[in-house]
Amino acid sequence: MRPEPRLIEVRKNVLKQNDVVARELRNRFRAAGVFVVSLVSSPGSGKTAFLEKTLTLLGRNYRVAALVGDLATENDAARLARSEAPVKQITTGTLCHLEAAMVQSALEGWNLQELDFLFVENVGNLVCPSSYDLGEDLRLILISVTEGEDKPLKYPTIFHSADVAIVTKVDLAAAVEFDWQAAYNNIQAVRPGMIVLQVSSKSGAGMEEYLGFLVAHLARLRQTAAV
Amino acid sequence: MHELSIAMSIVEMAEEEAAGRNAQITAVHLKLGALSGVVKEALFSCYELACEGTVLKGSRLVVEEVPVVIFCATCQGERSLGSMQLFCCPKCGAPASQITQGKELEVVALEIQECVPNPV
Repeated sequence: MRPEPRLIEVRKNVLKQNDVVARELRNRFRAAGVFVVSLVSSPGSGKTAFLEKTLTLLGRNYRVAALVGDLATENDAARLARSEAPVKQITTGTLCHLEAAMVQSALEGWNLQELDFLFVENVGNLVCPSSYDLGEDLRLILISVTEGEDKPLKYPTIFHSADVAIVTKVDLAAAVEFDWQAAYNNIQAVRPGMIVLQVSSKSGAGMEEYLGFLVAHLARLRQTAAV
Repeated sequence: MHELSIAMSIVEMAEEEAAGRNAQITAVHLKLGALSGVVKEALFSCYELACEGTVLKGSRLVVEEVPVVIFCATCQGERSLGSMQLFCCPKCGAPASQITQGKELEVVALEIQECVPNPV
């Protein structure tokens, strides 16, 4: 007679491997004193234009670099190279998100101590990136005014994995009758207390406030490290 | 669709646990939080695929769904959220900031069937 099936306890996080690498990365970033910002959004929300503007403006006074995830092309890296910041493309193939190990291998040969800010642009996707910690200090979620105000309600999980929301393409807000208050309320409904900033990469509106926000974070990080 | 890589990690973990035991894994028990970012239905079909050609072929995936639970600092209690679209305390209405449950993506147990040698 076959014995009865037996239950053995395991209790292991499925994403443990990713979390371990993310923790290693975070320690490395801390030791180098670099502030790491990742960007998530749906495809077409203006991540690359926003990042290009960020690298160009921030690059005037700070040492900046970026890693960009893309399914198949190297177009984004080519666009970002116009900012003259060091940029490396991570081509994910069919994978719909970045994982910590991809960031780790993309950083091989980079001296992080020569950087103030490192940006990591995730693959355009509002679902899968939410499960993966990349070791970043700050995760920005971008939503463009052309996407509609209810994105937060449809994708609450990704809003929970992010720290700050950036509403992009605000220069188009009037044309698409974007309801700012409704969008803001929806973000607050799924993620109470979330900081929301508005920018236009095209006109530059809101960029100053956003960059000031990043610089304040870097200063705080360095201050904590110095103590 | 990252459920396939998640399913493959689950299978890998179960295989590691099974190694060295003279037993067949018949089921994997998983805790899946509502905020884990993983879709249960997609995970089921990916799991079957991920088991192909491994010792877990034919095993079941048993999923325990974990709702979002918050600790309300205002009325001092743990509460289950009724809706993923409204992170507010269902009792007092205060905005919820502290999530205590709902992010789980955890293999909690394996069901194994010990193999008995055939009588000679």
